[in-house]
Amino acid sequence: MQGLYAQLLVGLINGSFYALLSLGLAVIFGMLNIINFAHGALYMMGAFCAYFLLNMLGLNYWYALIIAPIAVGLFGILLERTMLQWLTGLDHLYGLLLTFGLGLVIQGIFQNYFGSSGLPYAIPDQLKGAWNLGFMYLPVYRAWVVFFSLAICLGTWYLIERTRLGGYLRAATENPVLVRAFGINVPRMITLTYGLGVGLAALAGVLSAPINQVRPLMGADLIIVVFAVVVIGGMGSIMGSIITGFALGVIEGLTKYFYPEASNTVVFVLMVLVLLAKPTGLTGRAT
Amino acid sequence: MAAAADHTILATSHTMRDEMAAFAVMTILLAIVPWTGIYPFFVMQALCFALVACAFNLLIGYGGLLSFGHAMFLGTAGYVSAHALKVLGLSPEIGILCGVASAAVLALVTGIVAIRRQGIYFAMITLALSQLLYFIYLQAPFTHGEDGIQSVPPGKLFGVLSLADPTILYYFVLAGFLLGFLIIFRAINSPFGEVLKSIRENEPRAISLGYKTDHYKLLAYILSGTLAGFGGSLKVFVAQNASLTDVHWSMSGEIVLMTLVGGLGTIFGPVAGAFIIVAMQQYLAGFGQWVTVIQGAIFVICVLSFRRGVVGEIAHYFRRSF
Repeated sequence: MQGLYAQLLVGLINGSFYALLSLGLAVIFGMLNIINFAHGALYMMGAFCAYFLLNMLGLNYWYALIIAPIAVGLFGILLERTMLQWLTGLDHLYGLLLTFGLGLVIQGIFQNYFGSSGLPYAIPDQLKGAWNLGFMYLPVYRAWVVFFSLAICLGTWYLIERTRLGGYLRAATENPVLVRAFGINVPRMITLTYGLGVGLAALAGVLSAPINQVRPLMGADLIIVVFAVVVIGGMGSIMGSIITGFALGVIEGLTKYFYPEASNTVVFVLMVLVLLAKPTGLTGRAT
Repeated sequence: MAAAADHTILATSHTMRDEMAAFAVMTILLAIVPWTGIYPFFVMQALCFALVACAFNLLIGYGGLLSFGHAMFLGTAGYVSAHALKVLGLSPEIGILCGVASAAVLALVTGIVAIRRQGIYFAMITLALSQLLYFIYLQAPFTHGEDGIQSVPPGKLFGVLSLADPTILYYFVLAGFLLGFLIIFRAINSPFGEVLKSIRENEPRAISLGYKTDHYKLLAYILSGTLAGFGGSLKVFVAQNASLTDVHWSMSGEIVLMTLVGGLGTIFGPVAGAFIIVAMQQYLAGFGQWVTVIQGAIFVICVLSFRRGVVGEIAHYFRRSF
């Protein structure tokens, strides 16, 4: 049973990353109509940002948690202003191809300087150790990742679904021209949305740095799983992305315990089953 | 209205004639390669990728479906052909047939799943499906995991022609490529191809005209996957191995890149793109990961300012100057 709980915890942690990343993808897709293929590379940049902050500037994990998403988010804004904005009005597929290329460039540059092996990033002192829950030992850092991710996800949901700014955002997703006519600067909102989505990816990168090590290709395979998560959940609802992300992480964890051979493939198999049963995804609207 | 229709027909027969001429030039150029001193291995490799890229282009350029998982056909057919040749000791033609058949079955199965969504979802689904297959091949015993199937024996074609001879192998690969290319060329210019184009332009209207668009899309997907598998089977004879790199998502990305560089939706674009990208990889092999960076940069440049690709730009230039 110890093993089962441990795998459930691993599943919850992976689920946190799936949720944060698919949430970012959904928000970006809503406003920009682009599937951000560079999301995995930007997640990796978040982790590297934390690594640089610690080893070059001596700024610890807690600073990284704030600075890395902002820094990478600003980089994302730069990408949006210099490149992505020119794709408005073109077929959605060009956005996919452009961001795929950007991802290759970013990952290639990091691979040149850091190879393919992992760089260690220590767990911050305040989050070291484990709690004895009676039936299992719960490492403090892992519990922190799950709760903090959940809080950020719910915060993002609140921002988009319950605030005035989120209202503008949703309105601009539905009908950008009309929203512009009301005097709201939609292009700026698009830029900021991209920055927000990218910032969420970078935040996930910082959270994963002490667990998964910092590697140039840490986001490359992850993003494909996240795509499957997005297909399963559909991108129609923010809460849908969050729940699907966590649920699939848990299912993956359970598979690791009961049938480890299939743990790499279970999300993809579920995607096939969902597509056969309900092609629009669990929460998605018909497109 | 009638005049306009006449004009279109004239224009098509005009382009048909140009394309036939271009095809003849391409065939002659490729046929004399063994006497030019050009490294034939390079050309053979490029031809295999060119066939895969042409097959991919059939789907995106004429059906509007972007597959980000075409490496799965390349890799699957490669593995099956290599296994048939090496372990089962079958002859080359049967080995290729097995590979192509496996790609066709794979295309049927994945196609039924993938064509349920369009646009970016289709791209994400095909990518996820190919990743699923990647993990299966990583664990399956017959693929030998990370090692791949090495030193596949070339064998004798029809029991007579030894494919160990580089010249015979070259013409064998060239014949395979031309056959695949002509099948695609024929499909594009057939009524089937016209329906496909109409689906790309306006699917709801095609449906309202009574076309079962899902059937057409599935058929195009199967044709594309099967021919990509053919390219993968031919590649086994050139490289004499089948490995995991052929199923990896980065390979799917390279196929997309070749087509994009050459020109999406142009008949000769994927061929030009395959030669450009394979040549680039050959020359830059010593630069390590910078090749990835350069490939990514080409993606970015193509999407931002060169969306017609090399062949598309040339065709556009001539059409404008007339």
